[in-house]
Amino acid sequence: MNINGIRAIYKFEMARTRRTLMQSIASPVLSTSLYFIVFGTAIGSRMGEIDGVGYGAFIIPGLLMLSLLSESISNASFGIFFPKFSGTIYEVLSAPVSPFEIVAGYVGAAATKSLIIGILILATARLFVDYSILHPFWMLAFLLLTALTFSLFGFIIGVWADDFQKLQVIPLMVITPLTFLGGAFYSINMLPEPWQSLTLFNPVVYLISGFRWAFYGVADVNVGLSLGMTLLFMVICLSAVWWIFRTGYRIKQ
Amino acid sequence: MQPIISIKGISKTYASGFTALKSIDLEIRKGEIFALLGPNGAGKTTLISIICGIVNASSGTISADGVDIVHDYRAARSLIGLVPQELTTDAFESVWDTVSFSRGLFGKPADPAYIEKVLRQLSLWDKRRSKMLALSGGMKRRVMIAKALSHEPRILFLDEPTAGVDVELRRDMWEMVRGLRESGVTIILTTHYIEEAEEMADRIGVINRGELILVEDKHALMQKLGQKQLHLHLQTSLETLPATLAHYNLTLSEDGQQLTYTFDAHQETSGIAELLRSLSAQGIDLKDLQSKQSSLEEIFVNLVKGNG
Repeated sequence: MNINGIRAIYKFEMARTRRTLMQSIASPVLSTSLYFIVFGTAIGSRMGEIDGVGYGAFIIPGLLMLSLLSESISNASFGIFFPKFSGTIYEVLSAPVSPFEIVAGYVGAAATKSLIIGILILATARLFVDYSILHPFWMLAFLLLTALTFSLFGFIIGVWADDFQKLQVIPLMVITPLTFLGGAFYSINMLPEPWQSLTLFNPVVYLISGFRWAFYGVADVNVGLSLGMTLLFMVICLSAVWWIFRTGYRIKQ
Repeated sequence: MQPIISIKGISKTYASGFTALKSIDLEIRKGEIFALLGPNGAGKTTLISIICGIVNASSGTISADGVDIVHDYRAARSLIGLVPQELTTDAFESVWDTVSFSRGLFGKPADPAYIEKVLRQLSLWDKRRSKMLALSGGMKRRVMIAKALSHEPRILFLDEPTAGVDVELRRDMWEMVRGLRESGVTIILTTHYIEEAEEMADRIGVINRGELILVEDKHALMQKLGQKQLHLHLQTSLETLPATLAHYNLTLSEDGQQLTYTFDAHQETSGIAELLRSLSAQGIDLKDLQSKQSSLEEIFVNLVKGNG
């Protein structure tokens, strides 16, 4: 195992985060704060409780998930896309590092950054609304699992993308709509049929529901199912990454 | 002695259908400077990229110091440093960080003293805190070399090291390469400058259109490349070459209108003056004459034709 190699990639990626502190950390925290002010405090005060939870507190897990998904994807995808774009990838390809070590470095750093942002958002939320965390262990487990899974997904997008537009298209056109429609701001029980049943095909529903359960003990779907779906998506991403390195897809001619 | 790099039957056809290499066999000797000479698009970079693990070969095997570069890639790649042709750098990183990154990536523990030594050797020490984007092209190239040397490789690939580099830096680069060779590093460089190969290499391989046309000791090859030709267009055509001219290296064209004199440009006297006197003594008048050094390109084409 080339530990020094993993550390080099990880450190390189974290240095990139430090260089772009405003853009990488301040901006997601600010935008989430705006959601809290508008939906949590301004509108939320006129909304009734959902499943016995005040509206401001109810949206915290969903908002956190929204940032976590988009940040994980954008960090990890840019991390691998840019060396490909600029040509510096030659060095990683010619180095004695295994695919696992490459992924550990890039995805590990992207997930770390997402976790930092997640924790900062959680701390910021405290300024606007009072909330409790019923199952702290599971909250952290979901946080970690989601950050890792979607950083892996971002890595795949970064390998697939051959221009900047493709880099943006999945987060903007797929992930954001799925998150908004996945119960970030409402309980899916509030939807009329057939939308309620259709929503169950949205994988983000399971993430948000499981995460909310860790906070308040209430969930739209069974928490075991949430965990299972998250793990399933992780396995799918891992398989895709394995295939990428096996075939050299868009990395190695 | 076991070759440090052994290439057997390496070919490469890209997904586009373009065949960049056709079954290359080559052995690089330990401690030598080997120049891979060829025109643009000959396959030099593809061959290097395959050895370094950046491109997959379509067929064939390569071993570095006895280990297979695919199956035992960790051991093989640890031995190899690569300075690519393109100046691809991380614009926002400092010189120190980017060179240290390379060392770590190749699995070596941090060694600030060694990095300092490399940077000083390449006159980069004063620039260690500069960001890459603030450096000139020549400086960037030195950083690329520092990155390649950061993990103490025993084999160094330099892909077109002096392309677009000014004369002074080119001299420095040659000095540095010689210094590395003295420390026991095997160096493989590609170039399309014949003078560079002449200046630096122990052996030269000529590659064209994906084929390795010849591999020869530099001195032997330079003799071939140093030949010049003088074309003499005659006033009246000749049936045969007069016997008195037989000792010159002359050929008569089929229509008898042109004589071609081949001579060595490296020799002190070309023999042209003497030849012209002899022609005049024979009463052979000239319509026109031109002397021509075969360009590298022409030599390649001739070599390829010769190879069928």
